[in-house]
Amino acid sequence: MTQHQNHHGGRLERGGRLDRDQPIGFTIDGTALTGYAGDTLASALVANGRLRVGDSIYLRRPRGVLSAGVEEPNAFVRVNGEHNESMLPATTLELRDGLDVTLLDGIGVLDDRPDRNEYDKMHVHADVAVIGSGPAGLAAAKEAASGGARVVLFEQDFELGGSLLSDPTITVADQGALDYVASVRAELEAAPEVTVLTRTCVFGSYDNNFLVALEKRDDVASAEGGVSRQRLWHVTAGQVVLAVGAFERPIVFSDNDVPGVMLASAVKTYVERWAALPGRDVVLFTTNDSAYETARCLTKAGATVTVIDARPEVKAATSAQEGARRAGLTVRTASAVVGIEGSEGVTGAFVASIDDAGQLAGDAELIACDLVAVSGGWTPNVSLHSQRQGQLAWDDVLSGFVPSAGVKNQFVVGAGNGTYDTDDCLIEGARAGRGAAAAAGFPASSSADGGDAVAESAEVWRARQHRAAGTVRPLWAVPAPDGSLDTHFVDPHRDNTAADVLRATGAGMRSVEHVKRYTSISTGIDQGKIGGVNTIGLLTQLLSGNDTKAIPSGQPGQDAADAVELTASGQPARRPTPGTIGTTTFRAPFTPVAFTALAGRGRGALFDAARTSPAHSWHVEHGARFEDVGQWKRPWFYPQEGEDMDAAVARECRAAREGVAFMDATTLGKIEIRGADAPEFLNRMYTNPFLKLPVGKGRYGVMCTVSGMVFDDGVTLRLADDRFFMTTTTGGAAKVLDWLEEWSQTEWPELDVTLSSVTEQWSTVAVVGPRSREVIAKLAPDLDVSKEGFGFMEFRETTLASGIDARVCRITFSGELAYEINVPRWYGLKVWEDVAAAGEEFDITPYGTETMHVLRAEKAFPIVGQETDGTVTPHDLGMDWVVSKTKEFIGKRSFSRAAFTEPGRKQLVSVLPLDHTLRLPEGAQLVEPDALGDYTGEGLPTAPIAMVGFVTSSYHSQALGRSFALALVKDGPTRVGQTLLASFGGKFAEVEVREPVLYDKEGARRDG
Amino acid sequence: MSQRELPQHPDFLWTNPDPKKSYDVVIVGGGGHGLATAYNLAKHHGITNVAVLDKGWLAGGNMARNTTIIRSNYLWDESAAIYETSLKLWETMQEDLGYDVFFSQRGVLNLAHTMQDERDSVRRVEANRLNGVDAEWVTPQQVKELCPIININDDIRYPVMGGTYQPRAGIAKHDWVAWAYARRANEMGVDLIQNCEVTGFVMDGDRVVGVETNRGRINAGKVALAAAGYTSVLADMAGFRVPIQSHPLQALVSELHEIVHPTVVMSNHVHVYVSQAHKGELVMGAGVDAYNGYGQRGSFHVIEHQMAAAVELFPIFARAHLLRTWGGVVDVTLDASPVMGLTPVDQMYVNCGWGTGGFKAVPAAGLAYAHTIAHDEPHPLNRGYGLDRFVTGALIDEHGAAAVAH
Repeated sequence: MTQHQNHHGGRLERGGRLDRDQPIGFTIDGTALTGYAGDTLASALVANGRLRVGDSIYLRRPRGVLSAGVEEPNAFVRVNGEHNESMLPATTLELRDGLDVTLLDGIGVLDDRPDRNEYDKMHVHADVAVIGSGPAGLAAAKEAASGGARVVLFEQDFELGGSLLSDPTITVADQGALDYVASVRAELEAAPEVTVLTRTCVFGSYDNNFLVALEKRDDVASAEGGVSRQRLWHVTAGQVVLAVGAFERPIVFSDNDVPGVMLASAVKTYVERWAALPGRDVVLFTTNDSAYETARCLTKAGATVTVIDARPEVKAATSAQEGARRAGLTVRTASAVVGIEGSEGVTGAFVASIDDAGQLAGDAELIACDLVAVSGGWTPNVSLHSQRQGQLAWDDVLSGFVPSAGVKNQFVVGAGNGTYDTDDCLIEGARAGRGAAAAAGFPASSSADGGDAVAESAEVWRARQHRAAGTVRPLWAVPAPDGSLDTHFVDPHRDNTAADVLRATGAGMRSVEHVKRYTSISTGIDQGKIGGVNTIGLLTQLLSGNDTKAIPSGQPGQDAADAVELTASGQPARRPTPGTIGTTTFRAPFTPVAFTALAGRGRGALFDAARTSPAHSWHVEHGARFEDVGQWKRPWFYPQEGEDMDAAVARECRAAREGVAFMDATTLGKIEIRGADAPEFLNRMYTNPFLKLPVGKGRYGVMCTVSGMVFDDGVTLRLADDRFFMTTTTGGAAKVLDWLEEWSQTEWPELDVTLSSVTEQWSTVAVVGPRSREVIAKLAPDLDVSKEGFGFMEFRETTLASGIDARVCRITFSGELAYEINVPRWYGLKVWEDVAAAGEEFDITPYGTETMHVLRAEKAFPIVGQETDGTVTPHDLGMDWVVSKTKEFIGKRSFSRAAFTEPGRKQLVSVLPLDHTLRLPEGAQLVEPDALGDYTGEGLPTAPIAMVGFVTSSYHSQALGRSFALALVKDGPTRVGQTLLASFGGKFAEVEVREPVLYDKEGARRDG
Repeated sequence: MSQRELPQHPDFLWTNPDPKKSYDVVIVGGGGHGLATAYNLAKHHGITNVAVLDKGWLAGGNMARNTTIIRSNYLWDESAAIYETSLKLWETMQEDLGYDVFFSQRGVLNLAHTMQDERDSVRRVEANRLNGVDAEWVTPQQVKELCPIININDDIRYPVMGGTYQPRAGIAKHDWVAWAYARRANEMGVDLIQNCEVTGFVMDGDRVVGVETNRGRINAGKVALAAAGYTSVLADMAGFRVPIQSHPLQALVSELHEIVHPTVVMSNHVHVYVSQAHKGELVMGAGVDAYNGYGQRGSFHVIEHQMAAAVELFPIFARAHLLRTWGGVVDVTLDASPVMGLTPVDQMYVNCGWGTGGFKAVPAAGLAYAHTIAHDEPHPLNRGYGLDRFVTGALIDEHGAAAVAH
């Protein structure tokens, strides 16, 4: 890209919201420049005579600064630093010392160095949220705050004032505009319940007035270390006042993208707010009155201005055209800029007369200039309104889409509502502020800013808006002398032109959504802020010819009815208007937001809560390796010096089978269930009966989905007639509680049942193995631990030797004699250590989940989620005994369906590799020995090979002295003794199908 | 094609006719499935007197809202069969339709973050391979080689433990796909009628003979529903029920960046899937919103959570910017597999319930559904997908299998 230093104006000697005592040095593409505090990067560039920015994305055309705000489609930079950030608009980038930027040409470059900044989030409630601090927003905030409401005022800019910053010379509420801003700000800041947030853009608006905003805090962050760079605000607001202004539209004409073509309002903003003159010889091309203010301020700043007004002579005493002539300007009416001279920068504008149809009416004349300021009319900023499905209507007089039907508990005011007169904005804003505060329960105490005005009807107010807007003559595309539309840029960011739109309609595209997709208009960073309405207007023009049938509307809710004319056949024939064509959908975010700001602090360890048991520190000290199970960190195994996982697991298994071992079972989900109907409730939830479970006993239960598939399992203790203590799988705790709540609340509200998660209230130690009784006897001297005195599936409340109250259960998940000690979580570590101490003489060994898995697999105890995948019934697991044949329970009806009774279901078996040392990968598929045909495992088979099952669990068994696996196999029990092939990683191995339980089939070890 | 070239659609796509009085087949729903079905009816069954009706703009539903991931590494045989058929049709689509749909076989990685993820992944890879679907288990190091920008360090909350990789999987440009079918169907005589909402069915006894629309009555020899979540509404009008629930599912894009992401990465565990489209935008999908609804928008916290996962996995995305979010409506059956087949109404057919899998299934769904309509019986590919399975219990449950996005 060639660097082009053009000869535009520069910094004016006086004026602007600048601190001229504070010069700021910055660098662009290696060139050092200077601006002032108060500048944006764009205003500093303009003040340095540089309008030229990066090239366009596809056509690689020179481009210049077009706007002064968030709608900028051209001036994108990468800010270089510890972590470069691309695609930031120069027009919203606050100038700061040492800012180092690189101009981009439509595409960013991501930085692979880590972003070490902090990003945080806030959650607040507001009675009234006011978005935008122009005259309407300030008036609304002031009124809303006066009655004591909690008001949050959001302003995306670093200064309050909105359009007033570009209109410093006007009078507002009997003061200078900026004095008004300062006085309202002081008032708001003095109000205890009011928060004023600058640099904070509300970018998303969701149901029930939930707003999402991004606050840029670079200024704070750079001043104080350790402060978040950006902050995401979540705001729940009782009432919302949208005072978000309007966007000026460019005009679509030949070469309208040459650097030096700039929005007229942006020109005014650069001059008035930043004392930066974008050009000295200006052609101002307008379709409406608003740009005459730009002419006035340019003249005042010493520029020469020629006005090219698309409209014919406006016959009114207050005609802006006449006013400008009286001020000595040349005003040419019924004319248009039809082309630009220059490519790197404007050197002249071709101007021609246009007729009533917008066609050229004479030869073009070249007017030398260095800036072409354009105003194609105004588009209310309806993004946040539309994000809430607020409706829009096309207003032909205002030449824009304005909010029609409102959104509940929201007000739209000011230019965003098509109200373009500043005094009217104050009235409308104040009225909304008062209405919002009253609706929120805080009637305003003051009634300033025209608040006494009688509320007009919508029609009267609309007429007032129309009067203020004057006459607008939209030009959707200005013909070029050569007839071409190839450089009539509609969406400069995406390099899309009027020719592209024409091509789209020629291809049969009738919906604005199709045109968007056919071309890519409005898909860029400005998301149609620049080109959206111009595209719609152009479509209106192009589709007004033949073949206007079946124009699909865009967003629902536009004023299609206005344009429907009934034809003789009674069928509606649509005459396209912008209203019938409609807009594309407005979506969050209103302005782009960095991913990392949305991630906030939810990264690293805080991405998801890590839950640990009270004995976690002990596990860490004893060298445990951990496994993620749900959110829990569970000890996986405890390798000793020189041990690998296999050796550690073998040792742990041996201890549990031959001596005594202990495991932290705290992570199991625990739900307490109370109420007179608790037994009935459980009886419906579990497949097996619970009505008659005696107090003091526990029972293993299985829950199914309505489809009859195993959903969760665990042991439930009956603490009292109306009180149960349920355990769930570690990973399933939350979804089981949800499931219980859903049935309790929505299906059986008549049952007296209350559910409480008590997972975090208890800590559980499982003491397992032939010698566990001796350990428990030491720990709980008051307890009769004899086989006769403490039966399987019973529990006892006792006080441990340590004085800690405990609930001890006789439950096993290994087949060995085993106890579980439950104590209040607070004592979890102490009791764990006590178990370790009491067991020391028996060489008690801690074990983790891997050993637990091996032990239970030897006994064919399934793990929900490992042996089951949502397609497995209790019967498939060989657990017919757990399914009641007499009572009703969830899932029961499914068991009588055809697919549950026919052969071919996958059922649990064990499979033993013929090679005793081979541990099959879990997930290996099983096929018949003759199923492979020619397939060798290389590449892929030519035709599908039928699978009969797969391996769910696979381990080396210390007890069996060989490898083994559990598997779900079609008609598994009928295949016992058969050989199958396991397929894994392109290899095959023979396995023998066996009954599931491989160890202690008769259950002799359970009672010690 | 360079990132610096904006591809162009053909000069002409389709006509915009008024509806005729009568068609042999009326397809309700002008999304990818409806259009592909019309194309297949015309191309393979000689049925060209067909109208595709859409209540809005053509292909403006989920077809315009998905994240364009195409893969066939599904667990169950029935799923693998239809999605693999689809993938093969994707491989010839550009040629078949004479339209560049930018099908890019850049591979899809499905990451594993827990040991159960790993078991499920291996199981699926082994099943895929025996079903003739290319798939492999890859280690974290291999994941890094396939996608150098991914973070495989141990210091994140759920480190990458490996993944499955399907090299033939990839992405395409969704609008281009829909329009390619629309254009060819239209060329062969199919009427594409937009802004035409079905408000009722015209019955002759048990048999459907037409549809009532906001543009008048249209007689039909057969009526084929292809309206995703709105099938519930249509089926209700026709007097039967479909077992689907509709949920919002959001997706988003960033602005354009120079290409850094060479493949497609999906992670069910931390809920993120991402590719970088041809033009350079990062395209991402989020988790499903829990509630039911037809609103094509979701909840913002879902996006925030997804962004956290994205930045954890891809630190380079930290300062990419969220440019646009949107929502589609996923129609989910209780076994997360689609419904395609006959209905209780004579000459009426149903195709719905594709959930998050609809886009990638477009070519095969069009093939099988057209066959079902033309012959009044299912194609072998959709024999297991009839409504009757919810009565018999012969579900094809992709919920429990890691092959499903959700």
